[in-house]
This record gives sequence, structure tokens and C-alpha cells, in this order.
Amino acid sequence: MPGCLRICFFAVALSLAFVASAGAEEAKAKDISALVSALAQKSYKKKATAIEALAATGDPRAVPVLEAMLGARLFTRKSDNKVVIGEKQGDSLWLSDPLTLKAIGSAKKRTLKKVRINNRLRKILRGVLGSMTLLSADPKRRTAAADAVFKSRAASMATPLERALKVEPDEAVRSRMERALAAIRLVTKKETVPRLKAIERLGAFADPEVRALLGGLLGVKADGAPEEADAAVRRAATAALDDANRRAAFWDTIGNIFHGLSLGSVLLLAAIGLAITFGVMGVINMAHGEMVMLGAYTTFVVQEIIRAHAPGAFDYSLFIAVPAAFAVAGLVGIAIERGIIRYLYGRPLETLLATWGLSLVLQQVVRSIFGPTNRKVGTPSWMQGVIETAEGLTLTYNRIAIIVFALIVLALLLLVMRKTWFGLQMRAVTQNRGMAGAMGIRTGWIDALTFGLGSGIAGIAGVALSQIDNVSPNLGQSYIIDSFLVVVFGGVGNLWGTLVGAMSLGLVNKFLEPFTGAVLGKILVLVVIILFIQKRPRGLFALKGRAVET
Amino acid sequence: MERRGPILSYLAEMPVGGRIILCVLAALAVLVPALNLLLPPDSLFHVPTFVVTLFGKYLTFALLALSVDLIWGFAGILSLGHGAFFALGGYAMGMYMMRQIGTRGVYGHPDLPDFMVFLNWKELPWYWSGFDMFPVALAMVVLAPGVLAFVFGFLAFRSRVTGVYLSIITQAMTYVLMLAFFRNDMGFGGNNGLTDFKDLLGFALQSDATRAGLFAASAIALAAGYLISLAIVKSKLGRIMVAIRDAESRTRFLGYRVEHYKLFAFTVSAMMAGVAGALYVPQVGIINPSEFSPANSIEIVVWVAVGGRGTLFGAALGAVLVNLGKSYFTAALPDVWLFALGGLFILTTLFLPKGVVGAIAALRGTAGKRRRGLSGLFRLLARRLL
Amino acid sequence: MRFETTMTRIDPTAPDTSEPILYLDGVSVSFDGLKALNRLSYYVEPGELRAIIGPNGAGKTTMMDVITGKTRPDEGDVYFRGNIDLTVLDEAAIAQLGVGRKFQKPTVFENHTVFENLELALKSDRSARASLLFRLSGVQSDRIDEVLETIALTRARNSLGGSLSHGQKQWLEIGMLLIQDPDLLLVDEPAAGMTDAETEDTAALLRDIAKNHSLVVVEHDMAFVHALECKVTVLHEGSVLAEGSLDTVQNDDRVIEVYLGR
Repeated sequence: MPGCLRICFFAVALSLAFVASAGAEEAKAKDISALVSALAQKSYKKKATAIEALAATGDPRAVPVLEAMLGARLFTRKSDNKVVIGEKQGDSLWLSDPLTLKAIGSAKKRTLKKVRINNRLRKILRGVLGSMTLLSADPKRRTAAADAVFKSRAASMATPLERALKVEPDEAVRSRMERALAAIRLVTKKETVPRLKAIERLGAFADPEVRALLGGLLGVKADGAPEEADAAVRRAATAALDDANRRAAFWDTIGNIFHGLSLGSVLLLAAIGLAITFGVMGVINMAHGEMVMLGAYTTFVVQEIIRAHAPGAFDYSLFIAVPAAFAVAGLVGIAIERGIIRYLYGRPLETLLATWGLSLVLQQVVRSIFGPTNRKVGTPSWMQGVIETAEGLTLTYNRIAIIVFALIVLALLLLVMRKTWFGLQMRAVTQNRGMAGAMGIRTGWIDALTFGLGSGIAGIAGVALSQIDNVSPNLGQSYIIDSFLVVVFGGVGNLWGTLVGAMSLGLVNKFLEPFTGAVLGKILVLVVIILFIQKRPRGLFALKGRAVET
Repeated sequence: MERRGPILSYLAEMPVGGRIILCVLAALAVLVPALNLLLPPDSLFHVPTFVVTLFGKYLTFALLALSVDLIWGFAGILSLGHGAFFALGGYAMGMYMMRQIGTRGVYGHPDLPDFMVFLNWKELPWYWSGFDMFPVALAMVVLAPGVLAFVFGFLAFRSRVTGVYLSIITQAMTYVLMLAFFRNDMGFGGNNGLTDFKDLLGFALQSDATRAGLFAASAIALAAGYLISLAIVKSKLGRIMVAIRDAESRTRFLGYRVEHYKLFAFTVSAMMAGVAGALYVPQVGIINPSEFSPANSIEIVVWVAVGGRGTLFGAALGAVLVNLGKSYFTAALPDVWLFALGGLFILTTLFLPKGVVGAIAALRGTAGKRRRGLSGLFRLLARRLL
Repeated sequence: MRFETTMTRIDPTAPDTSEPILYLDGVSVSFDGLKALNRLSYYVEPGELRAIIGPNGAGKTTMMDVITGKTRPDEGDVYFRGNIDLTVLDEAAIAQLGVGRKFQKPTVFENHTVFENLELALKSDRSARASLLFRLSGVQSDRIDEVLETIALTRARNSLGGSLSHGQKQWLEIGMLLIQDPDLLLVDEPAAGMTDAETEDTAALLRDIAKNHSLVVVEHDMAFVHALECKVTVLHEGSVLAEGSLDTVQNDDRVIEVYLGR
């Protein structure tokens, strides 16, 4: 604490001096150049003092100097001990004056001495630079500055913060600034009352940094004495921390549910088409993932065309990509059914192998056309951005959009299956092919169209996935095993089962992740599904009775 | 039925292709090492070491294909996870060879393999103990895949998971293992797997003699695997396996516990795959988690399908043929390989349901059958394409 | 659950001739709310030949499934030889106890020869180890030849099961039942798809088998049932509608109503 206190005194003294000599321009310029020279002292402590003093002048000219210092571009010239900023240019350095930023020629490296900094100085530098951008016109920069100040907790920043708070128009930025101010007060004040107030203010935030700060007060030193001597502060910190932890746990749960539903809806989108081709028709389509991939590449192509011909319409690109992807994947699906699968009905294992072969071919085709590397698919502006809460929960718009989109697709599909003439024929053919044929339904075409529908939905899934995943020829591969497990887990032939299967898989995955890590969580989920299938081979919502036997 | 001794009748009932394969294997096991080691490199008949190793690798693939054919061709169990058993056998052998490196590793630690020193581990995990002894490693080569197959099969067959459902969960099984082995804290070298082997049983892995020895061992293992498989499928147990494949519930109503038969075949097959993996690893010098990838396992099934499902020697032949093609294409026309492999899947299932061996058998049939064979094939092709 | 039952092999207690060989009491099975069997009760005496008839959906096949362990009843008891509870056993255990079943659709092993089909059905140790080491004995071989004679397939001995005609498959399957030497045979529609002459022969064969086995035959064909000359049970909507000789049953008002419409 003593070092801290000294800085504190010095800063207060300097700011007083600064206020007092506001009119004396000449003296100020001299002060600043003296302070800049002070930066080059040997002692890190003295350097720190000089940094804080320079920052406290509030002079905008100090910003580039401090930035250069942080970037290790500040030197002293050995010949005259002048502090200069150097830009590397081959073997030598271009020098410029730290305050006027005017070029003063170049010099060999060995004629200069670097102004060295350590981690503590880096922290202070970031903090003061933060405080100096507290008045920036850009609210994002102001927020970043407030957060940098929070991290540095430098006493000297209190005054600029207070000043900035007075004029801050944005509610969200104000809250970040208050958080930083409370943290500084908690660390630098000595009296109990303002510190309690600071804790109270900090208690409104439940993010991990605040919790770490409060938790630090409750630690124990090596000799057994508590870190924080003041019992009242300890009590308040405990209470605030408990409350913050409780709220953080609550928002964590909300966040897990959101991310779980988000993962679940991705799985749902990938699996829903499979629920038709596998669940309704009984066809194992290992190339299903490639239908998803084709949908994603369709999105890429649609966006490229829009970029080239109608850049203004980019925000609507996904509305064009969805039907386009449905058409492309659906037509490819129909071609696959007519060309390969129809010869293999009743031979599920052969179907599996043939479609796997097909998936290799489709991957290679796409690789030949678009190249093996990831393609960048843009996100329309209305899908960018996040909803953030004080507790550190962030919900991105594109994830929300995918959840909504998945549910819409499922609803539309249910509607098609239940309410349309096509859906009726489709169900008739899958339940009793011979009878349906006898009643004049062209069973062959219904097969093809059903398969096309399943593939088309996979294509639509590709549009959604292109917004959150890399678009590469291997895109489909990463979803195929999960999708099959979702369908089998939910119960083959049951779309509601697919919905429940996908969502529960997503949720379980996300709730396991904090304890086990992502990979182990995924492993555990897969093992549980494998065991579950052993227990109930027909899935969560199994059909019973005669229908199962055939 | 006339009565002969079991072995005599067994050899007499062996299919022609099988006898050819055994003779070829015996000849290979002697000739190739001899031609490699005894002749000077400039001789016309000298077999270069890289060819020995390449074909040694193919022989292990053939054994792997054989193990898949035993369960798929005869018991109707399509495993899309057999690469897992192969890899486990390979890891067991790899662990032995890692321990053999001793102080010759980069860090020179007497017990710990380099990757463990790198991860700051202080002692060998318990499941690595004993792997410095060859018999233990050899036992693990068959036990690790065998136990996994037994437990997995016990659960799956008991609950009557069949057909594509079984295929999907075997695929999930190997996928899970792949994810697990990618993790560093599993203690199997994570991403990089096990590599930098020096020697096996004291023989330097890089020497021509060791390579030739491994080739001969692979040929012998393949022959042994073939004889064991043949003994199984020619026994009444083999006929019951086929009965299960063709009419599972009929078999059950005859009083056979279908799950026991499947479990037996599945476990034996997994052990064979493990042996194949154990012979594969010293020849290629590395084992890593990508061996567990579902794509690998499914490729094995294609070897079997191309060669001829349910013929045993066809499966072995298919493995060698497809891999010869793979070696050629990936070197000469790398972009074409996936087209070729994918096309092979599609064409085989559509036009050659019995594989190359089935097609040859059809050609060798009577005149009437011949018409159905090749020209029938062409007519079928024409009908599908036009 | 099924594995726990493996230990229940053949019951050591000798068959008690005074007890019914098959006894169903209040058996109910429902699929998705549809009652396939509804408190079904009847019994079969040892050595009896019984025909079971009923319209489509009466629950005949489900009844067979329950007896052979394929379907577990929701409630009710099924006893074999008086004291063996069949509802806790699996298909293989029940088959090993001596209950043979012939399916509605003839099911033989298509890729095995007729001889091999019978060899697989032949009464023997069903364990995997025994099968691996199995060698056919002279006595067993003679027994297969005997059955081949009975089912008139001696000349087709080495033909593949799949190459047989429909009628021959039916007979082969009956032969496979016979060679298991079961105490109780359940035969589902043995005359389906047969010519009149074949139907007659089949009826004669079943009557012959019934001399030293208990036999339950499910059948649609009234002429065939008539030829069996046995007691008839009529099933309707999962329970027994009438029981007695064919003449009695055919004159029952409720049976007439069910068969001819209401």
C-alpha cells in the first residue's frame, strides 16, 4: 500500500498544481517536456510516477508519448539524453520528437537506448491511456477506456473518471465508468465509509472481474492475517460477493440454456431433413451432411452475386439464399434418389455405403470448384450485434435468429406433412406402398419428392450454419454423426422426438461443458446416447406395434 | 457324409480361392524377404525395402478386411467402427515401442515417453505399466480390442440393436474414441499420437531385415487369420451365423441365443483387427487418433464390398486392390482419388453386389450363367445410364 | 433383462400329464392404446390338436408372440407344462424348453441347403461353444434323412432353401419344427398359398404329428380346419368368442355375426 499511497499523494498534488497553473501555457509546456524526460529514469518506480504525472496533465500531447512507451518505441539518445520516438526502418530508426512529433532524422540502433518497461508499468500505461480516451467521441472507445481503468485501478484515474462521468451521456457507458470508479475507491481510499459505498456499487455488477476483486479482499496472507484489515469491509465484501455469485449463477444458467438451445437448434436443423429421409423413408443417407454443405455454398454464391451486382441488397441475401439452397439441395437430392437410392430400397446397408461414396464425390466436386479452404460468408447487418446484461451474459443476434429459424422450419415441415396433399400422399406411401400405388399415387415420384424435401431442408440448414460455422467442403462431415444420433435418440419417424432429442442434446452438452470441458462433455454425451440406444433401441418416442416390424 | 479327420476335411472343403491365397501368402512370406535381403540392390529381382514395407502394410489391411468380412459377410453385422479395434491394437504395440525407446528420447527420460515429459508429467500413468514387457503388450494387442468389443457387443446385441442402428452406434463409438484420444490428458500422445519408435524386440525398425521380418509376420498373421475365420465359418457355428444374417428371428425361435453368437463373432473379429493394427504400426512408424476417424472405418467396408462380401479371401483381395489403387492415385492424381473411392462405393453397391470375387464366379459359371455375368452387367449398366 | 434368464434351461421336473401343456389366463397386450389381446384365456391339454381361427386383427399372431416370448403381456399368465412361467423367458429359452413355432410367412434359411436347414433345427446343445465344435453323428444324420422322408424333400436334400417352391418351404419349416422334437408346436397358417392337394397333405401331416405332440394351429381356411378334425377356438378382438367342435362353433350366433358382419 505505501507505494500506492505515494502515487496517490503525488497525483493529488499534481492535479492541484495543474488546476492552479491553468493559465500559464509556457510553464505547462516546460512541465510536460520535463515529465517526458522523467520517463527515461532508471528506476521503475520513478518512471511510474512520471507516467501518472504526465497523464494527470490531461494534455492530449501526452497520448502518443505514452503509446510509444507502451509499444517499446521510446528511446533516449545517448549523445544528449533526449527522449525520442523511434520507428524501425531496416537497421536504423527514424526519430521524431515526442511532443511535436516532427521528424528529426534517423540514427543507428546502437546510438539509442530503449526506455524499458515492465508488466506493472504496462498496466499503469494502459490505465492512464484509458483515462485519456475517456472523453473520446466514440462510446465504444469510452467503454473500453473505462474497462482499462477498472483493470489498472490506478488512483490517479479517479479524477479524470469523475470528470468524464459528469459529461457522459450514455447510460451503459456511465455504468462501466461507475464500476471502474468504485473499484479505484475501494482500493485506494482508507476510510471505511467510502469503501463500503464502493462495495455496494460494485455489488450491482456480477461479472467475473468484479467477483475476483471482491474475492481478493477475503483472501489470507502468507502469515495468516487477512488481506483486508477492516472487518466491516470484509463483511460487506462477503455479502456483496455472495449476492454477486448468486446472480452470476442465475445468469450463467440462463446463458447455458441459451447456448444449449442454440446448439440444439443447429442440431435440429441438421437432423430435421434426416428425420424425413431416414425417419420417414427409412433411407440411410450418409450424404446428408453434404446437402447441408451444398446449402452453405449456395449461400456463398448468392452473396457473391449480390456483392457484384447489387451491393445494397446484401442485407436481404439470406432471404434469397434460403429458397436457393432449398432448390439446389432438393434437386440434387431428387437426382440422388432417382439415380442411386431407388435401386437399393430394402437394402439399407448398401444404401449406407453408396451414399457414403456419394458424399466423398460431392465433397471433392465442391473442393475442385471452390477450393479446399474456408469460404467467408457474410452476416447481414440485422443479424450482427449482441444483447448484453450487467452480469456478463451475451446473446448474439445470429444465434437468436437460428433458434427462431429452426423452429419455423420445423413448424412449416409439420404443416406440409399434416395439411397438404403431398404430405398425405407421402404418409400413404410410407405406410403402405402397395396400397398407395393401387390407389393411383405415383409412388416412385413421391419417393423422389420426399427425398428431395429432406435434402432441401438440409440445404436450408446449410444457410443457417454458414452464419456460425466455417464454410468448407468438410462442413457436412462434422454434423452427420450427431444428426443420426439425434434422430435415433429422439425416435425414428417422429418429428417431435427429433425436436426434443436435438434440444436436450444441446442443453446437456452446454451444461456439462463448464465441468468437463467441451471435448470431454461431447464424449460423455455421445457415450450416454450410445448407452441409451442400448436401453431403448427405438429411441425416446418409439413407435410400437405392427408398424415397427416391417 | 463321409468321415475324415477335422483338419483334412477342413482343407478339402476349402474354396479354391482360399487355397490360392494360402499358397501365395506362403510364397510371399518366404520369397519377398529373401529377394529383398539376399540379392544385391542392382539385381533385376531385388525387391526394394519400401516395396516390402508397402506390401506389408497392405497385408495388415487385408487382415483387417478379413475381420470385417467375418462379421459383415457371415453374421450380417455391419460395423462402421472396426478402425477403432485396429487402432487399439496399434496403440498397444505403439506403447510397447515407446517404452523401448528408453533414454534415447529427446528428453532422455528413462521411463517417460517424450510427450509426457513435455506435458510435465512426473510418473507413468498406471495403464502404461507393464508395456515394457513384450508379452504384456502382445496380450493387450488382442485384449484391448477384445474387451471393448465384448462390452460394446454385450450391450448392443443384448438389447437387439441391429442393422443400420448398430452401424450408426459403432460409428459413434469410434468417433468418441477419436475425440478421447485427441485429448492430451488421456496419456496417449494426443494429437501427435505415438511415434519416433526405435526398435522392436531389439531389432532396429529402420533396418531392412526387420522390415522383411515384419512383412513375413504380416503374411503369416493373415494366413492364420484366414484359417481361423475359415474354421469358424465352416463349423456349425458359422452356419448359425449365416442363419442369423438371413433370418434372425427364425434362428432365435429355433432356440439359439443370437446375441451370444454375434458377440462371439464380433469379439473374435475385433481381436483380429487388433493384431492387424499391431503389425501395421511398426511398419508405418506412427499411430495417431486419426486412425479412429469414422471415414477410415467405412473405407474398410468398401475394401470388403469391392473384393466380395462373405467370401473371406475376396475381402483380403479387395483390401490389397483398393489400396494399390489408392497408392497410385494419391501419388499420380491426388484430386481424383476421392472421386475414384466414392465412385467405387457407388458402382460396387449398384453393379457388383458380390464384389470382384462374385463377378469372377459368375463369369466362370455355365454358359447361361456367363450371359448373366458380364454381358448382363453391361446390359444393367446400359439400362441404368441411358 | 433378457440375459438373466439364460440360466433357466430345461425344467428338470418331468412333464405332468394331468396339467395342461399350455395355459393362458387373462392375457392382455396393447399397442399404442389398441388392445391386441384382451384378457385372453384358454388351455390346451397334452397331446391335443387345437385349431384357432378368427378374423383379421383378432390377435392370433400376437397370441403366438406372447407364447413364444417375443412380446411381453401387459398382464396375465402364460404357463407351459403346468408350472413354467413363459412370460419371464426369452424366445431362445422357450424354444429350448420345447415350444416350436412356424411363422405365417414361410421362413427358412435361404442360403443353406435343405439338409443344413434341418441340421440347424436338429435338437442339440444350442450354446456357441458346442456349435463351434459340433460334428454331425450318424444317428443325427439318419434322423435328418428320416424327417426329409416325412416332408417329402429327400430329393431336394442339397438344394438351397431359397430355391424351394412356396409349398416346399412350408413343409421344410414344418420339418424343422419336427426335428426340434418339441412338446408343443405352434403352427401359423400352414396352408396359406397351397394348392388343394398340398393342403390335404399338410392336414394329414399335422394329424400325424399330433399323435405324439401337442399342436396349436392358427388357420383361416375352413376346409383345412375341417380336415384337422379337432377342437376349435374362435378368437375375436383379442379374446375367446367360442370354443368347441367345428360344427358347434360354426352354428354359434356370435361367430356367425363376427364372420358375416353385423
